Amino acid sequence: MKDQDQISAAVQPDGDVAPAAAKKGGKRPVAPVRKEAARRKFIRSVALAGGVVGLAMLGYVPVADARKSRLRPPGALEEHDFLSSCIKCGQCVQVCPVAAIRLDDIDHGFGIGVPYIDARMQACDFSCDAVQCILACPTGSLTYKKPEFVKTRAGMKLAHAPVLKAKEKDAEPTLNLKERIGVARLSRPDACLAVQGKAFKGPARGSDFKGRMRYMDVDRWKPIAVRDHPYERDICDLCVSECPIKDAIKMEETVGADGLKRYRPAVLEQCVGCGVCEMICPADPAAIVIDERKAWEAA
Amino acid sequence: MSAFERIKVMVGGDPQKPAVFTPEAREIHDLKRMSKADFEAMKQHARDHRLVTHKWRNRRWVVLLLSNLLFTFSFWLDIQLLEGSLTASRFVGFHLIDLNSALQVMLAHKHIIVNLFIGTATVFVLWAALGGRSFCSWVCPYHLVAEWFEWLHLKLAEKKLVSDHEFHRGARTVFWLLFSILALVSGYTVFETVSPTGILSRALIYGPSLALGWVFLLLVFEVVYSRRAWCRYVCPIGLTYGMVGAVSPLRIQYRLENCFHEGDCRKVCLVPHVLDVVIKGRAADKHVPIGPDCTRCGLCIDVCPSGALVYDIKGLSKLM
Repeated sequence: MKDQDQISAAVQPDGDVAPAAAKKGGKRPVAPVRKEAARRKFIRSVALAGGVVGLAMLGYVPVADARKSRLRPPGALEEHDFLSSCIKCGQCVQVCPVAAIRLDDIDHGFGIGVPYIDARMQACDFSCDAVQCILACPTGSLTYKKPEFVKTRAGMKLAHAPVLKAKEKDAEPTLNLKERIGVARLSRPDACLAVQGKAFKGPARGSDFKGRMRYMDVDRWKPIAVRDHPYERDICDLCVSECPIKDAIKMEETVGADGLKRYRPAVLEQCVGCGVCEMICPADPAAIVIDERKAWEAA
Repeated sequence: MSAFERIKVMVGGDPQKPAVFTPEAREIHDLKRMSKADFEAMKQHARDHRLVTHKWRNRRWVVLLLSNLLFTFSFWLDIQLLEGSLTASRFVGFHLIDLNSALQVMLAHKHIIVNLFIGTATVFVLWAALGGRSFCSWVCPYHLVAEWFEWLHLKLAEKKLVSDHEFHRGARTVFWLLFSILALVSGYTVFETVSPTGILSRALIYGPSLALGWVFLLLVFEVVYSRRAWCRYVCPIGLTYGMVGAVSPLRIQYRLENCFHEGDCRKVCLVPHVLDVVIKGRAADKHVPIGPDCTRCGLCIDVCPSGALVYDIKGLSKLM
């Protein structure tokens, strides 16, 4: 402020003098103090540039070592393309009727503001019927049809459009979803109630679990809390009965060495990786989990 | 000053004294060469009749808060009026996409779908009409928070506890280029990781995040070291909107005949270089439009005791 006042005092409000003064001003020798101040300002500015860009590039660290890979919403591009195309607006979060989609924080580096699904807390049960998150995405990060040039992965394509059990009687029973987002896997068979031949009675995840699901026999358009919908099964088969997709999982019956019946959930090729089985599994931690971005393999 | 020169000042150049003055401007400059006593008396008269007003600041704060809270309530109450956040949204179904976020995504992903294009074009037209950087002062939530912390900085500076360290304004242009190149080369929207605008907007809608810690650090930096450093020297969003606003009809106009050259406007301004013209002897014309780096915040209008700065719509004053 001070030096500008000096300048304004030096220049007389006279149109004739001003151009000459301007010309002279360009050639006037600069005082050493000014030179030093300019030099410091320049160094400060370089440090600022280095600091801010350096901090921004720290975002690489969590992405590069990918400590926590994420289950992404349906229709997501492959991870790198997903992170680059996502505009971090959260419109997918807003349209999801069961609030399955959350946004990542700054500890995920470049993944900040990017949507993911924590299936154990709240899985995608397709209660929107139309994959609303894909419809909402403004940049094509979530898409019905991947453009030609983006990377794809073998084994992610579904053999045919998945049939949504809830829509089975509709004219168009399928979901517009061409690829799976992951695949279910019985990770802890020993903990599985069916494998143990055990019954299950009560709310699937206890009375304080906040997850929600759509039950067709309750209300097609209004998902309710899982804790408000207790179950009673002679042999636990929640992962099979609650799976929203037709032919994605079945209960296999075998006969053990002792001649008794044995049960085991088997994941089938139509599994899309929505995570309802992981959410609903009464074992803690879940006996069945979603492997994100994994292809289905015949057992 | 030509439009080109005004853009040069925005990207970091120093404002130059004009070489040519219009006859009207010269006449006013000459008239102002009255005796010192006369001039002081006039100044005193203007000061005595000064109205301390916060009219534009208050209006702006209301608009800024309402537009940000509209996002929040739209989501909380599920009224689907304005879905999304500041980076991209839908207003009653129409796509709106922040220009700088769109630029980052386009450079990183190298693919533009129809909705992305429509939303970007809509916002481009909107802010080209409304003054470009008016996005900063009338919408950006970081601007508001930074304004509050600036007050703290000024209080502390008054007590000589802190002082303002200036950076070169060209740094912002360098940041703009660097973040563009980084997006293009790395394929990540690097700037979004540190953008306080996106972080604050998402926090207001989806709840608090760890990233708010980074925003707080920025604010502390601005209080103790450099006044409004992020908006002045770093934020590429400001430059993107500044370029859009370079052709905008809505701007602030300087009226030489009303000015006493007291410099109050420059003291409150976020971007004082755009007000170089108010220095005595600098105005090349009777009325001069303020450059594209101006955020149209109206603080200078509020503070000017003699009405030398006004909102103006190009062409409208001629029509009326």
